[in-house]
Order: sequence, then structure tokens, then C-alpha cells
Amino acid sequence: MEDNKPVASVRVAEVVMAALFLAFGALVMWDSRRLGAAWADDGPQAGYFPFYIGLFIVVSSVANIFRALNLGEKGRQAFVEWGQLRMVLLVMVPTVVYVALIANPLYSLGIYLASAVFIAFFMWHLGKYSWTKIAPVSLGVVVFFFLMFEVWFKVPLPKGPIEAALGFR
Amino acid sequence: MQEIQSLMGGFAVAMSWFNLALMVAGVSLGVLIGVLPGLGGANGVAILLPLTFTMSQQPGGATSAIILLSCIYWGALFGGAITSILFNIPGEPWSVATTFDGYPLAQQGRAGAALTAAFTSSFIGALVAVILITFISPVIARFALKFGPPEFFSVYLLTFSAFVGMAKGTPFKTIAAMMSGFALAAVGIDTVTGQLRLTFEIPELLKGFDFLIAVIGLFGIGEILLTIEEGLEFKGTKAKLNMRVVLETWKELPRYWKTSIRSSAVGCMMGIVPGGATPASFMAYGLAKKMSRDGEDFGTGKVEGVVAPETAAHAAGTSALLPMLTLGVPGSPTAAVLLGGLLIWGLQPGPLLFAEKPDFVWGLIASMYLGNIVGLIVVLTCVPLFAAILRVPFSIIAPVILVICAIGAYTVHNSMFDVWLMIAFGLLGYVFKKLDYPMAPLVLALVLGDRAEDAFRQSMLGSQGSLGVFFSNPLVGIITGASLLLLFWPLISKGIAIARGGR
Repeated sequence: MEDNKPVASVRVAEVVMAALFLAFGALVMWDSRRLGAAWADDGPQAGYFPFYIGLFIVVSSVANIFRALNLGEKGRQAFVEWGQLRMVLLVMVPTVVYVALIANPLYSLGIYLASAVFIAFFMWHLGKYSWTKIAPVSLGVVVFFFLMFEVWFKVPLPKGPIEAALGFR
Repeated sequence: MQEIQSLMGGFAVAMSWFNLALMVAGVSLGVLIGVLPGLGGANGVAILLPLTFTMSQQPGGATSAIILLSCIYWGALFGGAITSILFNIPGEPWSVATTFDGYPLAQQGRAGAALTAAFTSSFIGALVAVILITFISPVIARFALKFGPPEFFSVYLLTFSAFVGMAKGTPFKTIAAMMSGFALAAVGIDTVTGQLRLTFEIPELLKGFDFLIAVIGLFGIGEILLTIEEGLEFKGTKAKLNMRVVLETWKELPRYWKTSIRSSAVGCMMGIVPGGATPASFMAYGLAKKMSRDGEDFGTGKVEGVVAPETAAHAAGTSALLPMLTLGVPGSPTAAVLLGGLLIWGLQPGPLLFAEKPDFVWGLIASMYLGNIVGLIVVLTCVPLFAAILRVPFSIIAPVILVICAIGAYTVHNSMFDVWLMIAFGLLGYVFKKLDYPMAPLVLALVLGDRAEDAFRQSMLGSQGSLGVFFSNPLVGIITGASLLLLFWPLISKGIAIARGGR
């Protein structure tokens, strides 16, 4: 895939985003209707305020869709190119894996070990560093955070097997 | 001159060794945050907020906590100039105008002069704004004591109308973003009826969305994704800043006194209105370009072209705290985070704060004077150090910042769900930035949503459902009228343009 080829045009992205807003606004209105968006004996019902909020979202999204369809030249420009999307995914995917590693139903690493793995992976994959540089940096950062949160500020973070073995819970 | 007396009392509170040390730490941390991509004033303060929980429990601790956090804010404001001038990367939106003349100066080898000018004029802008806060805020607070729900709602309306009226692009994107913020704020248990709103039987949604998570995700993760899209390299010029350069620049600066005064005035005025710092910096730059003798050469590396936007941005950033303190209505996302801090520490911002917690308020105001002096000294002496941090490769900086964001999101409520939410907000922030949807209105709506709704409902209850209550007395009528004018300003200005063109 060529790197500077567009994945999607600005117009498509604008329309999709506005449509998502539209759906969100409609959802808000629907749920507010369920709660009652009218005026009861004792004042406005729970859905009264959100109903009009949803209405505003819907109306402005429709305006945004029309605007996007009439964008002209700017609408044909690239919203994101393949090369850019690859870089974004290169950050996004490891980050999602990282958060999943911190705590999951199967085997949680805890935030410290997961962070060390995460930083090490980034340095190895994107930075092409040697392990002699990766190890001190990733471990050093994590030990610093550990001291800062668990020891100095006493803010407990999710912990895993290593911390448990060291006696921190 | 009751204010002077109160201020002196404030200095007595703020001037302890502990608080001074906090200022130095806060400003240094703030500059660091302002320099790093993905961390800025708003999410930097948001991430550090949970660390102040224990601090605020001690006697006088709330003052120390706000000093620490507000100094991070001052530091971040200073830090934005460093990246703009040395790397041509505006760290914050209001530093964009600083790059116009700051970066050319740096390329000509006058980075030191540009930095000195930026820091000094930031300091002057902030000083003017703090003086304004000192003398105006007690007056506004006293005035606002008489406010009822309709008055408060009209102030909220003014806040949000200002976003629509001053929006750069289409007002509909601002409205969509802002209203989504309100909708997210409504998620959870309705405070009046106790009914569940927009939760769809998902237990995690019961407690609603915390705006701190939104701030960390939108401004943090979103920013990192945008930065990485551009590639991995930072290209910057070397920063050399010695006493000689500083003194030489200081000798040059008094020449631009007119620009300073004008920019401070623009900054203070725009800062009180929400979202004001960025337009203020552009406006001050534009005015200086029009009115200066070498206006033609702006953009090629003129010190005056750095002075104008920096003074205005810092003045606006500082005066944004005025409505936050006096009315409980923050003028910027960072002010909103500070407001969140006050609430967490058990302080209710607004007019009563001045009457009930004078120690806290005046300690904070005094710390604004001290913090900016400390800030000026720190940035002038430590620029090379901060610039060196930007030379740390992105493949190390990026994961560390992501880890910091994850920890920050987790500590808000000790919940992993929030960390996932942060990632979702990060993706949203990336798309928002690429499509020019504004993020500040969403964040402020998320913060103020519940209170705006309460004010609205109480007003409606009082008036039996008649909207006339928002015009029922001159005060509320003027505020509502001004809001409507601002709200429809995009339409009105278009109308004026058509009328003019038609003639």
C-alpha cells in the first residue's frame, strides 16, 4: 500500500462524524422521551433538559452533514493517508494491549510490569534500541513511578504478581 | 483599600518555605508539561490532581494544593513559548501566534532574545491580569452574592454562547461538541428525581462521566496521535540563554510599551470570556502588526511580534481564573480542572468563597504574584535544560507519556473502566482535531452541565415554566440579551457583511 494514498477524504470523514453525532443525539432524545421530557405537576421531568440537548445535537449534525456535502475542493483532500494511519495504529494498538495487560479477567500484570513491557516494546520496535539501553530506561521509569505513587504519595495503583511477591498489595 | 489589606493577608499565607518550594516545583513541572507533546496545562493538572488529595486534608493544605496546581498552570503557559520558538511547534493553541516571529528569530540565531522577550512579556501580561483579579474579583463576588438561579443560568448561557459566537469555523460544530458535553454530563443518576438517565443498564455508566478523564484523553492521547502522524523527529534550534542576552533584550523591550499595554488589555478582556486566550493572542498580534512602525516586517523575526501574542495569551490565561473564582464558571479547560480540584477538596467556588474562605482566596491570589515571579526566574535560568528534554527521542517520550496518562486516568476514581474511557476520548480527540471540532466547549459543558441544568430547572420551577424569568429584571435581562447576541453573532455578522456588500 502506498504511504501517501488517502484512506478517506475529508468529506467522507466529516459525513461519518456528523452521522455519529446525529445517532448520539437521537439516542439522547429517545432515552429522554422514555424518562418523560414534559412538564409534570412538580416541575420539569428528568428528561426535559436532555431532550432539548439531544435535539440541538441532531439539528446541528444535519447542518454539518449538509456543509460537508458542499465542501468543494477541500472535501476531496485526504483526511488521513495510509502512512499516517499506520503510524497512528503503531501507537494505538500497543496502547490498547497495554491497558488490557494491566487488568483483565485472565492474568493481570498490574500497571507497573505492564508499563515496563510497554515502554520496552516501544523502544525496541519504534526506536530500534539495543537491550542494554531499553532495560535501564524502562525499568528506571517504572521504579520511579512505583516509589512516587506507592511510597511517597500513597496512591494505590493496580498491582500484579511481582508486587505481591515483594509484599505490596 | 480593603483589597490591599486582604492581599497582604494572602501574602502572609502564601509566603511559607513550604509553599515557595511548591511554587518552584509546580512551575518547573508545569514548564516540563508545557514542553512535552501530549501534556499541557489542562491534562497535566488533571493528572496531578489526585496526588493532592492527601495534601489538601491537612490544615491550610487546600491553599498549598491550589498553589501547586496553579503554578503548574503558570509553568505550562511559559513552557508553550519554548517549543514555539525553538521547534516551531506550538505547545498550546495560544502559542501559535508566537511561532510567527519567534521561530524566524531562532533561525537567525536570536533564540535567546526571542525567549527572553516571550517570558518577560508573559510575565507582564500575567501581572496586569493578576492586578485586575485583585481589585475586580471582590467586587464581582459581592455583586454575585445576590444572584439567584436565573442569574446563574444566564451566566452559564453567556459562557456557552461565547464559544459559539467566537468560534473560528462553523458554529454548528461548536454546538454539536458542546451539546454532546451536556449530554455526557447528564449520564447517570438525575440529582432531582433519582432516575437513571442514559445509562442503558450498563453499571459502569451509573456514576457518569468524569471530565478529568475526558481532559486526559482528548488533550493527551489525541495530541500524541497527532504528533506521531507527522513522523518521529523533532527538529529544533539550539537554545542559548545567558545573562548578557537577557539584559540586552530587557533594554530593548521598553520600546514596545504601547504593544504591551494594548496586548494586556486585549488579553484581560478576552480572558474573562471563555475560550479567550487563543483569539486574544491572534488579535494582539494582528493589532501590533497593523499599528507598529515595522508592522510590514512582522513574520520575518521581530521581537515585537513575540511580545504581542505572549502578553495577550498570558493575560488571558490568567484572567480566565477570575470568573472561575468569583462565579464558579471557568473560562478555559485548565480553569475547569482547577475548579474540579476545588470541588474535590470540599470548596465551593463562587461568590461565597470570598466571604467564607478569605484565607484560601487571598492566599491563591497572592500566590499568583509570587508564582509568576518564581516562574520568570525558573524559565530564564533553565531553558537549556527544558529544551534538552525535547531532544529525548519520541520512541521513549511517547510511551512514558501514555503511561502517565493511564495512571492519571486510573487514579481519578481507581477504576480501569476510566482508562478504557480515556482511550476512547483519545480517539475522539484525534478526530475532533483533524475535523476542527472544538474540544474546550465539550469539556466545559461536561463540567458545568449538571449545574447549568440545576439552575435552569430551579429557574423554571420558580417561574412555573415561563422562559420570561430570564428577562424578569434588568440584570438577568442584560446578561441573557448579551448571550443571545453572542449566540447569533455568526448570523448577525454574516447579515452585516451581506448588507454592506449589497450597497
